Amino acid sequence: MTISAKNFRELRLEGMRRDFGGMNALKDISLTVRRGEFIALLGPSGCGKSTALNCLAGLLPLTGGSIWLDETRIDHLKPEERGFGMVFQNYALFPHMSLRKNIGFGLRMQKLPREVIDAKVEEALALVRLTKQADKLPGQISGGQQQRVAIARAIVVEPPLVLMDEPLSNLDAKLRLEMRAEIRRIHNMIGCSTIYVTHDQDEALSLADRIVVLREGEMRQVGTPHELYARPAHADVAEFMGYRNILKAQAQSHDGARLRMRVGGAEIAGCAIEATPGRDVIAAMRPEDLTPSDSGPIAASVVSAEYRGRDFYGLARTPEGLELWFRSDIAVRPGEALRLGAPAERVLVYAGGAA
Amino acid sequence: MQGMALTPAAPERARLSQRLARRGFDVTTLLLLPALLFVMALFVYPAIYGLWLSLHPMNGGGALANYINFFSDAYKYDTIFTTLKLAIPVTLVNLLISVPIALRVRHMRYQRILTTILIIPVTLGTVLTAQGMLNYLGPLGWFNRVLMLLGIIHEPVRLVHDFTGVFLSQIVGGFPFCFMLVLSYVTGIDPSLESAAAMLGAGPFARFRHIILPLLGAGLAITFCLAFVQAFAVFPSAVLLGAPSGPTRVIAIAAFHAAYEEYDYSMGSAVAIIMGAVQIIVVMLVMKASSLLYRGPVAGGKG
Amino acid sequence: MTFNNEMGARLWRLAIWVFIGFFIINLVGIIAAVVVDSFGTSWFNSWLPGGFTTSWYSQAWSSFQLGGVLLVTFEVAGAVLLGSALLGVPAAYALARRDFPGKRFVMLIFVLPLIIPPFTYGIPLASVLYKFGLGGTLTGVILANLMPSVPFVIFILVPFIEQIDPRVEAAARVFGAGTGALLRTVMVPLLVPGILAALLLVLVRTIGMFELTFLTAGPGSQTLVVELYYSVFAAGMRANQSIDAMAVIYMATSLICLVIALRFVDPTQIVGRAKRTAH
Repeated sequence: MTISAKNFRELRLEGMRRDFGGMNALKDISLTVRRGEFIALLGPSGCGKSTALNCLAGLLPLTGGSIWLDETRIDHLKPEERGFGMVFQNYALFPHMSLRKNIGFGLRMQKLPREVIDAKVEEALALVRLTKQADKLPGQISGGQQQRVAIARAIVVEPPLVLMDEPLSNLDAKLRLEMRAEIRRIHNMIGCSTIYVTHDQDEALSLADRIVVLREGEMRQVGTPHELYARPAHADVAEFMGYRNILKAQAQSHDGARLRMRVGGAEIAGCAIEATPGRDVIAAMRPEDLTPSDSGPIAASVVSAEYRGRDFYGLARTPEGLELWFRSDIAVRPGEALRLGAPAERVLVYAGGAA
Repeated sequence: MQGMALTPAAPERARLSQRLARRGFDVTTLLLLPALLFVMALFVYPAIYGLWLSLHPMNGGGALANYINFFSDAYKYDTIFTTLKLAIPVTLVNLLISVPIALRVRHMRYQRILTTILIIPVTLGTVLTAQGMLNYLGPLGWFNRVLMLLGIIHEPVRLVHDFTGVFLSQIVGGFPFCFMLVLSYVTGIDPSLESAAAMLGAGPFARFRHIILPLLGAGLAITFCLAFVQAFAVFPSAVLLGAPSGPTRVIAIAAFHAAYEEYDYSMGSAVAIIMGAVQIIVVMLVMKASSLLYRGPVAGGKG
Repeated sequence: MTFNNEMGARLWRLAIWVFIGFFIINLVGIIAAVVVDSFGTSWFNSWLPGGFTTSWYSQAWSSFQLGGVLLVTFEVAGAVLLGSALLGVPAAYALARRDFPGKRFVMLIFVLPLIIPPFTYGIPLASVLYKFGLGGTLTGVILANLMPSVPFVIFILVPFIEQIDPRVEAAARVFGAGTGALLRTVMVPLLVPGILAALLLVLVRTIGMFELTFLTAGPGSQTLVVELYYSVFAAGMRANQSIDAMAVIYMATSLICLVIALRFVDPTQIVGRAKRTAH
């Protein structure tokens, strides 16, 4: 016997909405999740990602749209009728039940024969490597172990879909890295689909097959980690994905998607990600891509620099007062003058106005 | 010379205060003393004095004469059963209606208004409630009138100066107390535990049976004990609303009668001690039974 | 199936609201019966009294000597407030800030008077007070009422003080505050809300405390609630309306105190705290 997700083709969200107290907590979320896919819902706090997850779970009612599992409409079903697995942010382990009882709870609710329950629980315990602790209470084990119990409890019922609500946010940095690998390993083994809510873009990039960026209840971009990392569709997504330098610029000349623009006193090249009708544009650069070189177009002086082992991270200021984050392979000192530049394809240009 | 004489003593004293400080006794701890002495003088001492007094009967006849007297006179020892017959059903009813209501009310927005309304009978106290119920439930009161108007009854039912009156007054006063205790236990249960159970396929009844009830068990036992001891010591409503010489002759009346009407403080203390002993026995039985239940944190892990 | 579940859930919800409604209606009825009767001229076998008057109040005031009774009530309440603050606040501070051997035992001694009903320990307490010649005096009534109030203040204040970070005190010391300055500038401002809340509840409790006052008071040291008990007990000696007028005066006194108290404290929190300490 092995734990493996129930068979299904896809989960479809069609125009999922939730209005609460006159506010749109979620606006028209449409998404198709294939079987076995790992989706990360990424966004800052208050962006609606937890609301979206609770709507999927059935813990919050929708105010519009529908949810489909293949040909079955499920958005009117109660949480207990949907058969999804869920890992809560605080784990929500039943404090009065042993780990074994916690993990077997969903199976007992399905009224499966005892031998089947025992066998599956044993297997789930082995999967999360907690066989030895099986008879302890949740209060007697560490945070990382509680986390693993929560995952085992969610997957042992072989759900088509597992929902995870910032499951790693209560763990320390080292454990977080370990558990990341663990979650992906279990996901691959079970073959379920996973929807994973997080505000940490590293987590989303390393875990997900596709990332959905949410902001103010709206889907801003859906794409693979690489797409999001390399080509964020909007300036706000770029900012969230680690493009720390978001600069106002004036377009000078176009050449297809390539364009030249003025930033402060310098003229730099970049490539447009969206249509830039006006002269005012926004240039987004990662600190990693902005490096000192003799031919760099931007003159600036170093404000501060931080040694990071292999290289330096620094903040520089141009004579016009623009502040730029940059990376350098060689040591830089505060007060030092330098010229900064980035390859044109790594300078992303968005329509201006807002920022 | 004086300095010389004091020098050896000083380090000695410092060491003593250090030793005390290491065990947690310092000037701040001493702030406790006045209150502790006060409670010792007015609670612990009277309890011991009461016990001593009860063993020195006013009319002589051996240390246990008061107790022998109490347990050989059916009119006296029956008060224990009369009181139990009142207190146990009242406490159970209050507890049983408190649980579903607390579960319903905990997510409610106007919770505070409801708790404020419910705290009123607790504040007004049993004496005022008794006077109100004499008017309200009396044969010519509004309650009987409404029932007659609705055609449910044809002549007034006897609700006061009887067991029913005391029973109802104990619900009016006891239900809010139970309800608020249960509500505070219920709101202590992490709501995500119920969500988690629902996600695992547990319907409303299964969630109550497997999650809420086990987590609430110890709290319900404590609520039962606290409410029971209050109900067991019922006095004003048993006198004013009940039939104090008959079906609601509770043990507090027997104690009061001995001490204040027969001026036998020795016997009065003996009855008070029997009253306390019955309360302790019931509480110990309930706590013993509830020790089999889960007791521990009711939150779902860290965070 | 779903339909049945839905119906069941709805019926269940309805039943709960009906019970709450029924309880509140009867509660209002009980209180309104007293109020209406106290303003009625004569009320016999009808929905409402024949006419309305306020004369029962003046009659109750003079025949029960309510002026003196109210004075005694507030003297007792005031003295209990002061005493429970003086004894309770320092003790609560010590219990919140220090751990020492025997702390659990001390806590047990403080929690017992709160759990055990007053009628159980009232008779032995009264016999001790009579033994020292305090029975039936104002001092005796004050001491008896102070007895459960001191632990009550302690149990409300201990969690309140515990949630004030001790590092705040440490910081004040580090920045040069002496004990006097520490109390004046840091502790008192932080503690005042909690002390106020505790004392308001003590006030409400003391006004409503029947049993201990009843068992220890003599002529001239009876509070309003005991006076009310005697007049209800001796019903028939005076007109029922007159008793109801006194009941309304008592009700107004304690409700005013309750309303003031509720502006500062949430009852569920208090009960919740009391319950946690009762573990």
